[in-house]
Amino acid sequence: MGAFSAAFELIASGDPVLLEIIGLSLRVTLTAVLIGCLIGLPLGAMLALLRFPGRSGVVVVFNALMGLPPVVAGLVVYLVLSRSGPLGPLNLLFSPTAMIIAQAILILPIVISLTRSVIEDLWEEYREQLRSLGSSRLRAVPTLLWDGRFSLVTGILAGFGRASAEVGAVLIVGGNIAGHTRTMTTAITLETARGDLSLAIALGLILLAVTLTLNTGAYGIGQWGRRAAG
Amino acid sequence: MRAEPSVLPLKLDSLSFVVRDTVLIDRISMMVRPQRRLFVLGPNGAGKSLLLRLCHGLITPTAGRIIWADPERAPRAQGMVFQRPVLLRRSVLANLIHALRLRGIGRRTARRRSEAALDRFGLRDLATRPARLLSGGEQQRLAMARAWVLQPQVLFLDEPSSQLDPAVTRLIENMITDFSAEGMTIVMTTHDLGQARRLADDVVFLHRGRLLESSPAESFFDRPSTAEARAFLDGELLW
Repeated sequence: MGAFSAAFELIASGDPVLLEIIGLSLRVTLTAVLIGCLIGLPLGAMLALLRFPGRSGVVVVFNALMGLPPVVAGLVVYLVLSRSGPLGPLNLLFSPTAMIIAQAILILPIVISLTRSVIEDLWEEYREQLRSLGSSRLRAVPTLLWDGRFSLVTGILAGFGRASAEVGAVLIVGGNIAGHTRTMTTAITLETARGDLSLAIALGLILLAVTLTLNTGAYGIGQWGRRAAG
Repeated sequence: MRAEPSVLPLKLDSLSFVVRDTVLIDRISMMVRPQRRLFVLGPNGAGKSLLLRLCHGLITPTAGRIIWADPERAPRAQGMVFQRPVLLRRSVLANLIHALRLRGIGRRTARRRSEAALDRFGLRDLATRPARLLSGGEQQRLAMARAWVLQPQVLFLDEPSSQLDPAVTRLIENMITDFSAEGMTIVMTTHDLGQARRLADDVVFLHRGRLLESSPAESFFDRPSTAEARAFLDGELLW
């Protein structure tokens, strides 16, 4: 049990290494979520509303990509960013930016697919009324995204959950460099392997706490929203 | 009151709507004349709602033609109020603004006109309330205000008060009379024959997708010319 008390000790004392790792993790994941939402919300809504050849194929592909293994996503980003890859000259490999890209790729299919599902249901309800008011399907995208805001929180949260929990992608493209690209999950992997359980446990507890806090907040927002906006 | 030319009359030419082998609307020809209150009556399943949706362009007929006097302007010159209004999950005021914004009206003008509509219909106190949490009657009044704020030449109403209590039904009827007095053409369905007697100028009577009568309201109610219409008015024709 010495490892546990050492873990609490680390948290309580605000260990600078610990804080740095937490800070980087949150920065990477939240930025990736933001990017995932900026692209995924409108794209998911368009996928729900627009009719084009091959639409079902696209829907199936994004559904399947929700299960994309993080290591595969990491590998793809690695290949693209590596010195000989197409974006090699940008020199992004083993940087937080590379990790953000990899996580955004993991989040995107989740946000797209869940948004599509929410917006399809809303459209079913709103279609006649919006068409009567003169709205095209494309013009309905912002309308429905806003009206579905409280349901969409769930999809965004699922994206955050996936990104904050994964280790494979950030490990491959970030390299787990101390003080530079070490996140909570990669640190836990490394410290456990090295037998330094106290830091691993401290990070594990904090990761759990962050996830719990965000979910509580999102659940609260959802409940409040449904009561306040109907 | 309106500067723009009328999109009416609206002519239906042998309009049909068939789903698989079921004929839901059967070769209906009729005319919607400007500034009248036309009621579409008939028993359940006669095709009343369907006829309104066809006229409004929500459904495409399988045969026949819908001829507006000004087809260019027609889509923007009509509005519809549904039996169960679909309001956005936003405030009352935002619902009105959204409808105007869909017409490409600028933010400030949309807001000004929406606030004027709130005042006109006594909804001012509800302006910031979430529309979805209003009572059924308040929701339908908002739906009426939303239709009005777009200043349509023709308003289709599909049993707008069938789920409302008598007091609110009166309010809705007064709104319809006011709209009409402003020059708006009304095309409306109802199950409430008393309401039809109070409001209708003209009546078309449908039965099983066919148009059996088309006449001024007085002569329809006093001297229906078909046996079906007589049975319907006596409360004996339910299907």
